[in-house]
Amino acid sequence: MHATDDTLNQVLTLAAGHFKVPRQSLSPDDDFFKTLGIDSLQALDLLTRLENHFGVELPDYELQGVSDFRTLAARIQSRL
Amino acid sequence: MLDLRNYSCLGEALRAAVERWPGEICLIESDRDRENGRLTYRQFHEAAMPLARALQDAGLVPGTRASIIMTNQSKWLISAYAILYSGGVLVPLDYKLTPAEQLQLLAHSKAEILITEYHLWKAITQAEGFRGLAVRTILVTEAPPGAELAGARRWEEFRDAREPAFAPRKRSDWASIVYSSGTGGQPKGAVLTHENYLELCRALTAVYPFWPGVRYLSILPTNHVIDFMVGFFGPFICGATVVHLRTLRPEYVRDAFARYKIAYVTLVPLILKNLQKGLQARFDALPPARRKLFHALVSVNKALTKRRPRPALSRLLLKQVHQAFGGELRAIIVGGAFTEPQTLQFFYDLGILVANAYGTTEGGAGITVNDFKPFRADTVGKPLPGTEVKILNPDADAIGEVVVRSKSVMSHYLDDPEMTAETIVDGWLQTGDLGRLDAAGHLQLFGRKKNMIVTEEGKNIYPEDIENVFAGLPVKEFCVFAANYLWPQRTMAGEQLVIVLHPEAGQEVTPKLREQVAAKNRRLINFKRIHGAVAWDRDFPRTASLKIKRGALAEKIRQRLDRSAVVPL
Repeated sequence: MHATDDTLNQVLTLAAGHFKVPRQSLSPDDDFFKTLGIDSLQALDLLTRLENHFGVELPDYELQGVSDFRTLAARIQSRL
Repeated sequence: MLDLRNYSCLGEALRAAVERWPGEICLIESDRDRENGRLTYRQFHEAAMPLARALQDAGLVPGTRASIIMTNQSKWLISAYAILYSGGVLVPLDYKLTPAEQLQLLAHSKAEILITEYHLWKAITQAEGFRGLAVRTILVTEAPPGAELAGARRWEEFRDAREPAFAPRKRSDWASIVYSSGTGGQPKGAVLTHENYLELCRALTAVYPFWPGVRYLSILPTNHVIDFMVGFFGPFICGATVVHLRTLRPEYVRDAFARYKIAYVTLVPLILKNLQKGLQARFDALPPARRKLFHALVSVNKALTKRRPRPALSRLLLKQVHQAFGGELRAIIVGGAFTEPQTLQFFYDLGILVANAYGTTEGGAGITVNDFKPFRADTVGKPLPGTEVKILNPDADAIGEVVVRSKSVMSHYLDDPEMTAETIVDGWLQTGDLGRLDAAGHLQLFGRKKNMIVTEEGKNIYPEDIENVFAGLPVKEFCVFAANYLWPQRTMAGEQLVIVLHPEAGQEVTPKLREQVAAKNRRLINFKRIHGAVAWDRDFPRTASLKIKRGALAEKIRQRLDRSAVVPL
């Protein structure tokens, strides 16, 4: 399932806010580990933040193999 | 604690544990703040027996190889017990590998049985190469009702009351095949015998014993030899309890210490540092007066524990810190990768004992461990009882390759006598790590002889395993190296991989080429990615069969370039 522009936009805005970087510096296809300079535990922190915002529960494995915002947003979309 | 000298195999010892402590809790499984369930040793046995019966009905006989690919949970251990009870050889695979990698290792191990989780199985069935999967029996846990299982059966469906046969094994028989690496290149499957596990467990529990009622938090993946030992076999042969979390979210990991009154846990440096960061943030947020008081208490604790730990006193002095860890924590064991001394010191100053340990899959997980007699932040401790450690060809600073001899050293690499002969020489395991033994008998590590890195998550990454991702680059040739292999620097901190690019004649390494490398790099799982690129303008030295002579190439690069030649991707 593809993420809607709205979901993707919210993911980018929340990620920017969570890691305190300008929203404009993030693009949908960015590798978030590299762009945000985060490790896998910080990525899980972001997942918690996204869960709280969207009101869904995402098991850790939903993040496995995911490293760009677009795919992350699609994983969230599929559970909305 | 069971006296393991009286047992010849893992299945027999586990069965004895079940008989010895039937009413004790052996497993607690938690998902976030919800507890999924608890099992006594008797219930654990009762859950495993129908599964053992089903596996035996499906053709599992002593020596049959059976793989488990699961996240940490009770069903992992129940499945392992059913396999070991039936005399099977365990093939624990990393659930974080890609499905293609899992398929490759399943094929290499010749596993005939696979036990896995539904979401992992779904991914495997969609992977290229799935049709070639030769496993004949597949059990899948937690499949939703009506799910298409592609020939697999549901783990939960077995209720057969017929008693399965217990299959005793000899100490020299294979207990497991554990892959330390080698998914893209040559798979390295370490064959570990029952003797390896029984002897290592005796040594480890002599230093860090468990007992009924004590709780171990299992966070490292159980496919890893460390967690299998200290998060399963060790606690079980002592009647202790293992707590599993179905999530690794830092906030739930932190909560679990207090909620379950954890006594022991083993962590990789990444998680330990995360805990440190969380604590530091809390200390920094204290109001000035309280912060001052806190620092004064830490100073008192430091002074009082300089010569030896005094856990009871530290708990009293720094009550709130210890309560955040549940108040029962005896030690955090850290291993799997390099831990910075500052991190170890940070916890020790708070009265939290972090035992820095060293082991390898081939060495049976544990080689050395710190015992706090006294605390040392600069070493990985002393050899475990029954383990001999030697430094091969020491240089002027007494640093050389760490070699190990013990009953825990693996039997051999599966189907690879050549690599086995290179790795075990005259009974000594060549670890490929560079170290020095000091006057007190402590081992200090300074780097690697091997062209590989170990990440903070404890993952071994070999360049040969990831090079295939870069196939098709528009260059004459390329080669991936560990930066510390090209330019040794007597530390294990900050290990990274770099790619050496040799462009076609008349061409250069342009930003566009680096972007192509970066794009391919993104196909790798994040912890396997390379850090930077090095431009090289001469032909790679090659063998008669055209394989790159990596050692010779590294030597040439070292002579002409330094680290400043690495351009980050």
